[in-house]
Amino acid sequence: MPAAVLLRKQKALRRDLLNQTHLLGTRIALLGGSTTTEFASLLELLLLEEGIQPDFYFSDYNKYFEEAVLDPSRLIQFGPNLVFVYTSSINIQGRAVLEATEDDFAAHVTSEYMRFASIWNALDEFVGGMVIQNNFELPAQRLLGNFDLISAAGSVRFVNQLNSEFAREAGKRTKLFLNDLNAVAASVGLKNFHDPRRWYGYKIFSTPEASLEIAKSAAGIVRAIYGRTRKCLVLDLDNTLWGGVIGDDGPEKIKIGRETPEAEAYSAFQEYCLRLRDRGILLAVCSKNSESIARQGFAHPDSVLKLHHISSFKANWDAKYQNVKAIAAELNIGLDSLVFVDDNPAEREIISAQLPMVAVPNVGSDPTGFISVLEDGRYFESVRLSREDLERSQQYEANAQRTAVESRFETYDEYLDSLEMSAEIAPFKPVYVDRIAQLINKTNQFNLTTRRYTRAEVESLASNPSCITLYGKLADKFGDSGLISIIIGRREGSILHVDLWIMSCRVLKRGVELIMLDSLISACQRDGIAEVLGYYIPTEKNGLVADHYAKLGFERAGGNEQKSIWKLKVSREYAPRNKYIKEPVHE
Amino acid sequence: MSDILTHLQQIFRDVLDDPRLQITRESSAQTVKDWDSLAHINLVSAIEQEFQIRFALGELAELKNVGDMIDLMEQKLAVR
Repeated sequence: MPAAVLLRKQKALRRDLLNQTHLLGTRIALLGGSTTTEFASLLELLLLEEGIQPDFYFSDYNKYFEEAVLDPSRLIQFGPNLVFVYTSSINIQGRAVLEATEDDFAAHVTSEYMRFASIWNALDEFVGGMVIQNNFELPAQRLLGNFDLISAAGSVRFVNQLNSEFAREAGKRTKLFLNDLNAVAASVGLKNFHDPRRWYGYKIFSTPEASLEIAKSAAGIVRAIYGRTRKCLVLDLDNTLWGGVIGDDGPEKIKIGRETPEAEAYSAFQEYCLRLRDRGILLAVCSKNSESIARQGFAHPDSVLKLHHISSFKANWDAKYQNVKAIAAELNIGLDSLVFVDDNPAEREIISAQLPMVAVPNVGSDPTGFISVLEDGRYFESVRLSREDLERSQQYEANAQRTAVESRFETYDEYLDSLEMSAEIAPFKPVYVDRIAQLINKTNQFNLTTRRYTRAEVESLASNPSCITLYGKLADKFGDSGLISIIIGRREGSILHVDLWIMSCRVLKRGVELIMLDSLISACQRDGIAEVLGYYIPTEKNGLVADHYAKLGFERAGGNEQKSIWKLKVSREYAPRNKYIKEPVHE
Repeated sequence: MSDILTHLQQIFRDVLDDPRLQITRESSAQTVKDWDSLAHINLVSAIEQEFQIRFALGELAELKNVGDMIDLMEQKLAVR
């Protein structure tokens, strides 16, 4: 949607979006160095599009420092999940004099940096949630021209230095994220970013278009914090990954490589896809072609992408939406994890209409535009790169090998036995807090209650003596699946309430739930718990686990259609259920 | 009804999300429901965008109602 239309019709758009069900609520405090209402209403709109419904707190105008450091009582009372320090270059205090020395410059940087560090420290101490901090756009005026970048009195140099201090600090703090205002301003252009009329008139430093771009950038971070980022790029072939039609032109005639400008553009797009794959985004192919011919394109000597980079390959003459569904099923991810790239507008339209959860950017038909459209969509935004992210593509390759092995065995038990699985199951540890929060917030299918917890909440559960927390990691002879299951139990007297039980779908049907139950029961025996109560809250996505507790031998103990309750007595005679997963003796 | 008024009516309806809103030359922030400060900011940007004009700082502060706004817009459109 063009920015002008979105800005003008935002109220109606908001009204429509509020009609969705299953919105995830979040409380966002905006500590503004300027008027933040316009930004907030745009951020709200963008988050609602992703199924997140923010509830805002607004600091008094330009009281971002005071309300964090000097009198945070109103902020504490609001209890935000996220605090957004919405400042910009207009909030930089102090101005260098022309005679400034290198020491003066360093002292000025330190004093501004310390002012913000004291905000982050205070928020950490008093509020404890995540913090998003704007960095600084380059100043609208450069009194010294190009020398402003070099001089100790230069404001350009000052902003650059302060931004780099912020970046270094954000790298060290686990709950501090930077909204790269400087990159947004560069992308919009400073002349289209500032509007002095709006600054003097309303105390808004940005143009409406810039406010929208800042909101898009911020929404990307919020989505990433909640694990709502996309995981897989679904790619068409002809005129998307290479130029020409391989079935008509022949594999040797497709445009790829360095020979022509067009071929170079397609190669650049393939390289971009490969770089996404290297950072953990899965690649899938969805093409109307005969499979054997489609595969030949990847054997082209100049093809950057090779067949082993593609985690799911669908080339046939079926409707694409069926293939897209098959890809999601094969990779065990939701349709809302997919981004569909196709040069053909008709195919894009069908996918949008049939599968509204799939992101379908309008990439156009010119390969030189594909990358920037994908970048603008911020589909793969991440707040940090976990080891799991970097290993994910290998994990899915290993899954494909497992499927191949599966078909060679007479019985499923034989297959499970052959996998030589081993698990590590233990209470939450600090080193896994990021991964645990990530898994909790993105798991929708194998999820009994679909409760979400922030990173800070996970941390506090880990140290809460009345909670039993367990994580499970699984490895087998094909590779390490990493941390894939979580249980959170809350003790009340001699009863343990299982508030959360989740598992990643990539280890479905491997018996992980059995060994998790065994560990849960032994923790209960140790803590003198007599009864475990499990809950199942149905959603659109978790039908998979409707019988989870029944299968594990729990008895139905009431509840209703919105929530069923299941009970298991903890006895001394409990016989462990797990048969195929070895558990190393832990420390 | 002047052309500008018809045009403005649609902008007001979009921005204020009220498809039945009827504005007149006499309408003002006091008489139109939901015309608050944020809506005002959005109205001004939508008008500037739609008519490709720019209001100078201070020009808008003088306006009492939609009629004044139309007169100001006519001046700007005439010298374009």
